[in-house]
Amino acid sequence: MAPITSSRPSRGLIVLAVMVFGLGIWAFFPGTDNAVRLGLDLQGGTQVILIPRPVTEGSEISEEQLSQTVNIIRQRVDGLGVAEAEVTTQGSGNNAAIIVSVPGANQDRVVDLVQRTALLDFRPVYQLLSPVPAQAEPSGSASPSASPSASPSVGPSDAASPSASGDVTNIVQSPTNDAAFQEAVGKLDCTDPEVYAGGTPDDPSKWLGTCDQTGTTKYILEPAFIKGTQVSSANAVLPQNGLGWVVSLEFDSQGAKALAEASTKLTGLPECNSGATPCNAFAIVLDGVVTSAPRFNEPILGGQAQIEGDFTAQEATDLSNILKYGALPVTLEAVDITTVSPTVGSDQLRAGIIAGLLGLGLVAIYLLIYYRVLGIVAVLSLVLAGGVTYATFVVLSKTVGLTLTLAGVAGAIIAIGITADSFIVYFERIRDEIRDGRSLRQACDSGWVRARRTLLAADFVSLLAAVVLYFLSVGSVRGFAFVLGLTTLMDVLIAFWFTHPIVVLLGRLGWMQRGSRWTGLDPERLGGASLAGTIIEKSRRRGPKEVSS
Amino acid sequence: MSTTSTSRPGLRGLGQRLYNGESSIDFIGRTRTWYVVSAIILLVSIGALVFRGLNLGIEFRGGADFSVPSATCSIEQARTLAEDFTGAQVIVTESASGTVRVQTETLTPAQSSQLAGELGAGCGVGKDEIKVQVVGPTWGAEISRKALQGLVVFLLLLVIFLSIYFDWRMAIAALVALAHDLVITIGIYALTGLEVTPATVIGVLTILGYSLYDTVVVFDKVRENTRGIGGQSVLTYAEAANLAVNQTLVRSINTSIVALLPVIAIIVVGAGLLGAGTLLDLAVALGVGMAAGTYSSIFIATPFLVQMKNRQPEVKALAGRVAARRAQVQRQPKSQGVSTDSSDSDGGSSSESVVTTKVPSVKRQQPKRAARSRRGR
Repeated sequence: MAPITSSRPSRGLIVLAVMVFGLGIWAFFPGTDNAVRLGLDLQGGTQVILIPRPVTEGSEISEEQLSQTVNIIRQRVDGLGVAEAEVTTQGSGNNAAIIVSVPGANQDRVVDLVQRTALLDFRPVYQLLSPVPAQAEPSGSASPSASPSASPSVGPSDAASPSASGDVTNIVQSPTNDAAFQEAVGKLDCTDPEVYAGGTPDDPSKWLGTCDQTGTTKYILEPAFIKGTQVSSANAVLPQNGLGWVVSLEFDSQGAKALAEASTKLTGLPECNSGATPCNAFAIVLDGVVTSAPRFNEPILGGQAQIEGDFTAQEATDLSNILKYGALPVTLEAVDITTVSPTVGSDQLRAGIIAGLLGLGLVAIYLLIYYRVLGIVAVLSLVLAGGVTYATFVVLSKTVGLTLTLAGVAGAIIAIGITADSFIVYFERIRDEIRDGRSLRQACDSGWVRARRTLLAADFVSLLAAVVLYFLSVGSVRGFAFVLGLTTLMDVLIAFWFTHPIVVLLGRLGWMQRGSRWTGLDPERLGGASLAGTIIEKSRRRGPKEVSS
Repeated sequence: MSTTSTSRPGLRGLGQRLYNGESSIDFIGRTRTWYVVSAIILLVSIGALVFRGLNLGIEFRGGADFSVPSATCSIEQARTLAEDFTGAQVIVTESASGTVRVQTETLTPAQSSQLAGELGAGCGVGKDEIKVQVVGPTWGAEISRKALQGLVVFLLLLVIFLSIYFDWRMAIAALVALAHDLVITIGIYALTGLEVTPATVIGVLTILGYSLYDTVVVFDKVRENTRGIGGQSVLTYAEAANLAVNQTLVRSINTSIVALLPVIAIIVVGAGLLGAGTLLDLAVALGVGMAAGTYSSIFIATPFLVQMKNRQPEVKALAGRVAARRAQVQRQPKSQGVSTDSSDSDGGSSSESVVTTKVPSVKRQQPKRAARSRRGR
């Protein structure tokens, strides 16, 4: 921010012109996407804010865990097939928040997908069942499947406790495989999407009755033999001589031991399709829902396993991610879910634009009436600041994926007033200088020297507020802080390289110097030259003389 | 706007008189009056906060919020629908634009989706048109904690910056004015029962920046006027500060108008086109805060600064010298007091050429100034 001397007002203008030109080319180069990316509140869609929490109290979430979590969520969300779905993080460690944004119409599935806290375990399969609920016994009351929201009071003994996510029974658990448990499992309706959506973490030490993730099979599963945390790595690989994609798994020493025991026992059992109980398969259970149920081909003794199947690359990657994800010591809490319809979004955008234009118009009218020619300079500066801010936004949208939210729009509108204030401070200083009896040319420069310091100090405070807000906030506050900071910088830029040089150039015009009511700087109207000197000057002149005499 | 243009000559003249110190509003002298006014407003604000409390939005309580645009159903129908579904009390409101808003206790995503469907069917609106927000109860605590963290960090940095740029007394005075504005803004929310949302928090945080910005501009002038003030005995610190406030008064008024115009635009457009929403929440907080910010930078920050300054020995000594000198001046009927200065402006110019002796400078530009005034003559 080198001081711009009056001898070279054009220098600042040239610098700015080059910058604006470059920015314009970068932002609006033909053939690229030239629009600002809109936030979900402006274009419609679903946004979920998740707070990751460590599973064990008091431990810190590492960057690696966070980025892994984000990657998995991103993959799941991408699986929705919605363009421009976005997963971002804000903050780090235990202060982090993960923000999932999916544009477009109501996306209920997003919440389902993303909210899964993914507790993973491996259980031997006891029995495969048909997904439809078993016929109610003759003595039974009305069928519970008729109204999913009815409370599942029908039934099972105390030992077999249906666990519910909301009002829907997802899974049935019991310490033993008794009749009551089997009856409760029988009532489970695995064809209901809300049932097989899962989301209810299971207790690994108990028996589990649950569905698979597509709602095609119902399982009765024995207590878990391996927990997700015992998986040390999982990868989708395409073996050299293999037929298709497989998921290769590695377990830690405890997991390896458990796997060896379980696989030895299960290999000898009959196929599950035959209806036998127990049978040769183990279920990979994610949040109470069976993700996959492969069988053992042979005892696995080395702690390294491969899950084979007719996997596509995508399926293998998904499964390996689930295996890894489940091993993450992070639970996710969906703290804010917002769904905005596209029409409401565009209404809000329109209202924001109208409010902005109206605000700009009102400010322009006021400045023009009050400051006349200087007012024109101020309005041009404002428009230029707005244009440069917009172009910067487009560039940032392209390069770092910045999105403009409603809070950001509000920030921009409010910045109109704060930016205009810089010009007011400068103009009032010029007027003060003229009142002190300076010529217009001198006033434009000396007024600037003083206004500049005030501007920098005041804008620094604004910028400080914006930066602190940006780094210590989440969600919409952050978008607002960003716009506020950006516009503050623009304010300084425009004031230094546009407003001041233009005013100095204007001050050299004979017409302006002769003074007219339209200049806004007429010494006679301001009461300048004829009343030279302020109270301080007068008293200073008089004061010491008297003291010394 | 027409009033502005018709009364322009008066205003211009006022600007000049304020600048010269001819028509001076005694801001500092009536410190007690401003304090009493502010104290009453603050008491009302705090009272409202204590006894009425804030109407916290669902972001802070946890809950689900359904906005049904251009709904054909009545408030009662929507209420019945939602209460039957949740089995608990719900809050239903309707905005001017015909949007029915239903707020319930927190729901699971599946439940909220179901209720949105029922509301859509009952109110003749597609389910996808309904804006749904479900917030967990911990989110509000999270936002508040972060906002508070941000506030503390910001204030610390601010005190450091202001202490370096001005001095610590100005930093304290600026903080006092800031606290004043925040309490009043929050008090207005408690009084009116307007909903407090994250947008409100943004608004309040912006007031931090704005209120300080305003104070910084005024203090910059105070500092300029009082630089080297110890070297003379005509003006007390209080008088120089008062002059600074008067000199920046036109700017303060203009700035407030210019800053409030966009906010008013938001309120008008927000209320007219959108009903309640982020923009409106934000604008109301800002409008109140900015008005309070302008008021406090003039009526609170500067008087408070002067009070603190008056405890400084050198400022006290200065006040003593000025008083002594004025007593002396009064005994010499030829000279006139500072306060009736406007009448001797012509006399001032005639005496100007006589004064050529070097004098201790009050302003750092003093030599330049003397040279210029001679040229101007």
